[in-house]
Amino acid sequence: MAVCIAVIAKENYPLYIRSVPTQNELKFHYTVHTSLDVVEEKISAVGKSLGDQRELYLGLLYPTEDYKVYGYVTNSKVKFVIVVDSSNTSLRDNEIRSMFRKLHNSFTDVMCNPFHSPGNTIQSKAFDGIVSGMMVQTASTV
Amino acid sequence: MAGSQWELPPELCCRPMAFVALTGLDVVYNAVHRAIWDAFCANRRADRVPISFKVLPGDHEYPKCRTKRTSYEWYIPKGILKTGWMNKHLNLVPALVVLFYELDWDDPQWKEKQSECATKVEIVRTSLQGRNTKVAVVLIQKKTPLPPGEDLVASERAATLCNACDLSGKSLFVLPHTDHLVGYIIRLENAFYEHAQTYYYTEIRRVKSHKEFLNKTTHQLLFVRHQFKIAFFSELKQDTQNALKYYRTAYSLVHELRAHETNMLEIKTMAGFINYKICRLCFQHNTPLDAIAQFRKHIDLCKKKIGSAELAFEHAAWMSKQFQSFGELFDEAIKLGLTAIQTQNPGFYYQQAACYSQDRKQLSQQLCQVINTFNTKCSTVFRMIHLLLSNIDLTRILKTEMCLCLSLPQQELIIALLSNAVAQFKKYKCPRMKSHLMVQMGEEYYYAKDYTKALKLLDYVMCDYRTERWWGLLTAILTTALRCAYLMASVKDYIIYCMELLGRASTLKEEHKLRIENNLIQVLMNEVPDAEPECDASSDGAARSLWNDRMALAASNELTIEVQDYIPFIQCKAKFQCPSFHVDQPIQLQVFLRADCPHPVSFNKLAVSLSNQEYNQWCVVESAGQECMSLLPGKTKCHNFSFVAKTEDVGKKIELTGMELMLGSDSGRCVFLSWRGAGGDAASTHEALQASRSSRRWGREVEARQELDWDSLTMQHSTMIISRVPKISVQLSHRPPALNNEMYCINLTVQSQEGVVAKGVKLTAGLKPGQDANLGQTTHVSLDGSKVCDDTAPALLPDVPLGDLKPGEKLERCVYVNCVSTGSRVFLFHVAYSIDTTVEGRQIVCKCHKVEKVIIILLTVSTNTPQLQSQLQEVVLQTDECASECFCLRCPALANSNNTVATGQYLISWRSANSPLIQTVVTLPHVILESVPLYIHAELPSYGRVRESLSVRYHIENRTSLVQEVEMAVEPSDAFMFSGLKQVRLRILPGSEQQMLYNYYPLMAGYQTLPQLNISLPRCLTTNTHTLRRFLPQRIFVKPQGRQLDEASIAAA
Repeated sequence: MAVCIAVIAKENYPLYIRSVPTQNELKFHYTVHTSLDVVEEKISAVGKSLGDQRELYLGLLYPTEDYKVYGYVTNSKVKFVIVVDSSNTSLRDNEIRSMFRKLHNSFTDVMCNPFHSPGNTIQSKAFDGIVSGMMVQTASTV
Repeated sequence: MAGSQWELPPELCCRPMAFVALTGLDVVYNAVHRAIWDAFCANRRADRVPISFKVLPGDHEYPKCRTKRTSYEWYIPKGILKTGWMNKHLNLVPALVVLFYELDWDDPQWKEKQSECATKVEIVRTSLQGRNTKVAVVLIQKKTPLPPGEDLVASERAATLCNACDLSGKSLFVLPHTDHLVGYIIRLENAFYEHAQTYYYTEIRRVKSHKEFLNKTTHQLLFVRHQFKIAFFSELKQDTQNALKYYRTAYSLVHELRAHETNMLEIKTMAGFINYKICRLCFQHNTPLDAIAQFRKHIDLCKKKIGSAELAFEHAAWMSKQFQSFGELFDEAIKLGLTAIQTQNPGFYYQQAACYSQDRKQLSQQLCQVINTFNTKCSTVFRMIHLLLSNIDLTRILKTEMCLCLSLPQQELIIALLSNAVAQFKKYKCPRMKSHLMVQMGEEYYYAKDYTKALKLLDYVMCDYRTERWWGLLTAILTTALRCAYLMASVKDYIIYCMELLGRASTLKEEHKLRIENNLIQVLMNEVPDAEPECDASSDGAARSLWNDRMALAASNELTIEVQDYIPFIQCKAKFQCPSFHVDQPIQLQVFLRADCPHPVSFNKLAVSLSNQEYNQWCVVESAGQECMSLLPGKTKCHNFSFVAKTEDVGKKIELTGMELMLGSDSGRCVFLSWRGAGGDAASTHEALQASRSSRRWGREVEARQELDWDSLTMQHSTMIISRVPKISVQLSHRPPALNNEMYCINLTVQSQEGVVAKGVKLTAGLKPGQDANLGQTTHVSLDGSKVCDDTAPALLPDVPLGDLKPGEKLERCVYVNCVSTGSRVFLFHVAYSIDTTVEGRQIVCKCHKVEKVIIILLTVSTNTPQLQSQLQEVVLQTDECASECFCLRCPALANSNNTVATGQYLISWRSANSPLIQTVVTLPHVILESVPLYIHAELPSYGRVRESLSVRYHIENRTSLVQEVEMAVEPSDAFMFSGLKQVRLRILPGSEQQMLYNYYPLMAGYQTLPQLNISLPRCLTTNTHTLRRFLPQRIFVKPQGRQLDEASIAAA
């Protein structure tokens, strides 16, 4: 399961970042932030060739020693980033995909909330719940 | 540097080349020998064979060869590979020893020389006892040799020499010392290369032959050793494919070794060596993916092999080195033409190397703390390490390591690695990764106590994180930067970082903000702030004395900080109440301030500067006496300024150029926060955008809200000064339409509503400038309506003086407009006057504009040839009315029928009420005349019906005095069936008429093209049949079949 889940706005500022509390939160922020380099590059590369026939799931962005970083970009250029522990080999590409899809659905729900102002950070219990479900379960919840 | 024991040995990193020793050359004193040696070693380009040459004296002692073991039965190897083995075969044990000897075939002392040569060969052989090294002899000769076979003496003496020296004929060479030295040398070295190849081949065979004596239990190490040796010899033999194969087996064998704490280091070292070789060869073979895969495998296998916990720092250092050397190999390959990509470039490896170095630093620091606190335990650790590593000569290194780790030498290495990575990521378009690494570099500089460099780097990247709005990261960087600024007692930096950490972008907790704000207040009062947490005690002491020095300095107590590009804790926005002000109104300016810090903050002065500096004096607030103005946290404070604009500034813009807020006081330290323009900061644009989005949704709610919403406050950074509203009425009256050439009268009435006398009233009247250029030439304006004005009259009458106007007085004027072309025109009437206003006590010039549109219409009329009585005489036309006249013209019989005929001119004399009579001439168009011999007309009903017969009768009339022969044909049509004569030729007598009857049967509904009747006059070819066709109907409307018929037929059925 994921160790960090982030939603990044079109303008590349964070709308939502959650990481497992046991580890250094700042490090995950940096990981997500640096992964945007690859996301940007991938978006621009696709934009040239295929137009809007774009697959939202970007796949593995880059592997670090300890983590694998996956990316997903909606049509409105909102980015989702999921960081997974490198040692976690049980997660397959399909599962990551479905995690992103779940995240996207929940994000759409948040956007549909008339009380939410798009562009502001996400504060939603339902979204929190979905994210928590995808995160590595920490000792406190077990 | 501490990492140096993991530095890969040069013999591992170089490209192995066959080693050939040259003896018998005196390169110091003998010019000929020197030239030969230079030819061997100078200018070795890639196309020369890979050999490393060395000049050795003839009696050089080569490394002794141990007696070869015949059995491995009782042999237990001490390690995987002997330390000097690679170096020995690269630089000490030659594959071939070449003896150079000066001897010509016809030397008079041949016998003596021959035996001397044989002795020398023998000496070399003895020192190479037991080795397979080959020996060759090169005779340096002064004469050019004859072609082989011709010199009988030479071949005979060569044979005897070979015999004497116990050499094969292939190992004897002749080097004539002539002009083509380099050519001979190249041939020689190719021959040497072959000998060397054979030598390495036999060495490989020899090592392979050991294999059968080995057993898996005791000789595990030897398996690795032998594979490595074979691979290395293959490399020397330049057989890289096989070398790679053997290195791979060696690599897998290394990991099969039984690992325990004592040999862990050895296994890792050896694995590292072999991995390096494999990766290097893979890059050389242009299979970078193999190299990367091998490296990944290597790291995955070795990551967990930490060994004893106390030596974890060594493991981290080793890992770091692994990544670094792979990064270097990768980089090297890129320089040789490999292309890397964003997600796979050397930068990642440098970064990871730096990461492990950081780990190592932390681990060694922990270890040092342990040593420091429990000094007794220190010796235990040493003894333990000593015991562990007694078989490897590493204790010495570890001792230095221990000493070094106390003085923290690691930063340099980490920074070097990070800057390598930065360079790579810059190349592969990873700006964010680059920023991240620069933050790490800054942090390392901070640990290395080089605060200036640290701040420089952090400042550089802070801006990126600010614009990308990653507040969490920005706060972390700012916290480090604040510590640096504190430790180097840099007042300005300290204040800037405090300001931003207190601001709304900071994610710090309230208690930290409180602490920082207290510190900031201390600094403003020129006192030493409290130490930042996480600064170690020793540097804190130094910082404290630095601060005290700073405080003692009386000067430089005033600081100006440009805060626009930061996110300071005090926000400032300014707006002019309106985008424009009349000159007789006071200009209203509002400045909003808001503090985001936890405590109320007080300030002493707020000053606004405007583009016209004369107004600045009105826009200042200063605290009176001891009273400070203060800002409450989270509350917006508004300051209103108002001033009167100068009359010279009418029509100009007044812009806000900046604002300054003074914190602190003259007694302590003054800090001026300065904003450019109308304020705002690095984050406010985005916030305003967000606010406008949400207010669009919740528009009503925002209006209802009492408190001012800070984010939706818009800034108005300039205002326009416009002239006073005129109190005068200007009325125009005229009776449209205006007519072409008419002297059209426009009546102007000006009435003053001012309370005082309006002086110097001036009128500007005429065509509004900026319309079509032609209008200016076809429009004339005059004040004199008695006569029609000519072309010299202008289109615009400027500044006609009308005198003074008393209050309530009325003034009338007539302006005449004469236009010679039609179309609409815009006329401008502009009245200006000056007046003394009593409120301001100054004279203000006011202007009034009135715009009127005038439309001119042309009348259409027709005419006849002789002067006839026009039907339009005395007719009066009203607006929008149209009169038309009709005349019949008869053309006189013309000889030439192709001529066109002029129809003359139409002359109208007209006038509008109260204006002189005007004559307008209209030239009538020319018409073309044609003569037609036949006249045809068709007689057909107005419509047809589908599937109902439709009879059409064509009448053809001969109107000439000649008999006309006519050919007629009917072209078929898809829409009709028809009966009648399809093609016919007939004659028509003069003045008589022929009739043709056709029954058309329509098949389709709608407008249908009738079957085309083609008529031609074979006798009279000049006549155009198209002219005839004009007489005939082209189409007919066919109605669909009615339903009634169907019903009738149904009834019938």
